[in-house]
Amino acid sequence: MKVIEVESAGLLTTVQDLGRPGYGAMAVSASGAADAVSLRIGNRLVGNRESAAALEMTLLGGAFRFPHGGVVALTGSEFEAKVDGEAIEPWRARQMRPGEVLRMGPTRSGARSYLCVQGGIAVKPFLGSASTHLLTGLGGYAGRALRKGDLLRIGESDESFRKRKAARAALEKLAPRKTLRVTPGPQKEWFSAAAQKQFLQSAYRVSEEANRMGLRLEGAALPDLPRAEMITEGIPLGAVQITAAGLPIILFVEQQTTGGYAKIANVITADLHSVGQLRPRDEIRFAAVDFEEARRILAEQEGLIEECVVDG
Amino acid sequence: MWASDASLLVSFGEAISAVANERVRRLLRVLEAKPIGGVRNLHPAYCSLLMVFDALRISHAELQERVTEYLERMETEGLAEPREVEIPVCYGGEFGPDLEDVAALHEMTAGQVIEAHCSRSYRVYFLGFVPGFAYLGELPRELVTPRLGTPRKKVAPGSVAIAGHQTGVYPFATPGGWRLLGRTPVRMFQAEREGLSLVSIGDRVRFRPISQERFAELERG
Repeated sequence: MKVIEVESAGLLTTVQDLGRPGYGAMAVSASGAADAVSLRIGNRLVGNRESAAALEMTLLGGAFRFPHGGVVALTGSEFEAKVDGEAIEPWRARQMRPGEVLRMGPTRSGARSYLCVQGGIAVKPFLGSASTHLLTGLGGYAGRALRKGDLLRIGESDESFRKRKAARAALEKLAPRKTLRVTPGPQKEWFSAAAQKQFLQSAYRVSEEANRMGLRLEGAALPDLPRAEMITEGIPLGAVQITAAGLPIILFVEQQTTGGYAKIANVITADLHSVGQLRPRDEIRFAAVDFEEARRILAEQEGLIEECVVDG
Repeated sequence: MWASDASLLVSFGEAISAVANERVRRLLRVLEAKPIGGVRNLHPAYCSLLMVFDALRISHAELQERVTEYLERMETEGLAEPREVEIPVCYGGEFGPDLEDVAALHEMTAGQVIEAHCSRSYRVYFLGFVPGFAYLGELPRELVTPRLGTPRKKVAPGSVAIAGHQTGVYPFATPGGWRLLGRTPVRMFQAEREGLSLVSIGDRVRFRPISQERFAELERG
């Protein structure tokens, strides 16, 4: 059995896959990788099924020793990654020789990097998923972020090493955006025309309170906030709630399943991976698209993910 | 209502009522019994059900059409009866740090608050917020109390609390703005349990006061 030894864990490193949808009625959010596009491509690079579990690192990566070797790929944001002092190229499958240590540094771009391993990270699934749910301590590796000294099992795989990379042209098109496209939220009409206009014209800053549950934004408060009492209802992933202070919160993968703040907009599915790469202090904007456009963009993105992994 | 590019909000009116909530429960149960392809998740609430779907597999229009069948069928389909669940609570002291304040607000004694809280059975309107958190209602009118001005950063698991017309139990150590009356040794959500949550939508819950000694016994199992 192959393993990974965690020599240092980084700032916040968790086991994630594509999540556990289907338990919303028990108030269990779907969870899963914050940047699912990068996880899916990383798994394709090492010959896994797309939903295999990998390590999600946040802002600062860890150091991982492969006593028996393994096939790995780094995707998502570029963290300084080295093996024996030599820089490792992301978005490319690489063979780790037995005993080699992959050392990750701080990010050079967005919030999250993924370390995908051939065979996947093997943990006991909770409700069909390996994803760590930090708030409740369920799933993943002991329900928590990794620590120095943890020993991760690598799953079995029939695949062998094959030189694969992600095509540059596709990656450019899939690159995280700072302008998030949104469709109208269920309570959009509760906001005045002036507030709706300001929402789409403002620049917002991601606050320090930005995590897998949600991202609080800073900026100019919206005027004329709705006075009507909202009845708590289900919240879709990527919902943009406006708080009593007039500022947006984007609900994210470890979201609460229901809530009582008015939702002015919703980030389109194709831009959710961009949310997963936002860091505190990043400046973002919102741009309105209609539902048809959102669907078209998603289908196009899916095509790019399907085609992006090539030999070489 | 199209809530996002991958979800549909089915609404049963604009007011919290047991009648509307019963329709939410019925729709949820028929959808669970015969899932619609492409639907990934269901989020029931007081008077609405959010259906999250895979937008690459099904469209809003297709889903709306499918749901129409279910809305008809749910009226006649025989469903499992809701359950009655009793939850033992040790009120006051360190377990219920807001009990005295709630009593003072309503010019009642702590004993009267406990008695009122235990005086009826509550409907489980839905589970939301975090895994296993049941929204129970309605509170007797004399106990209707606003949330805390500033939420606590961490509420102990098992805390029994009230806010507005609702009461509930915090299953995990989470932040929370509800007023804490007591604590139950019963686990509301267990990963190993069939059904995960002690209660589900439509069930009835009744609270029963217990002593600290009994709490300790039950906690030891």
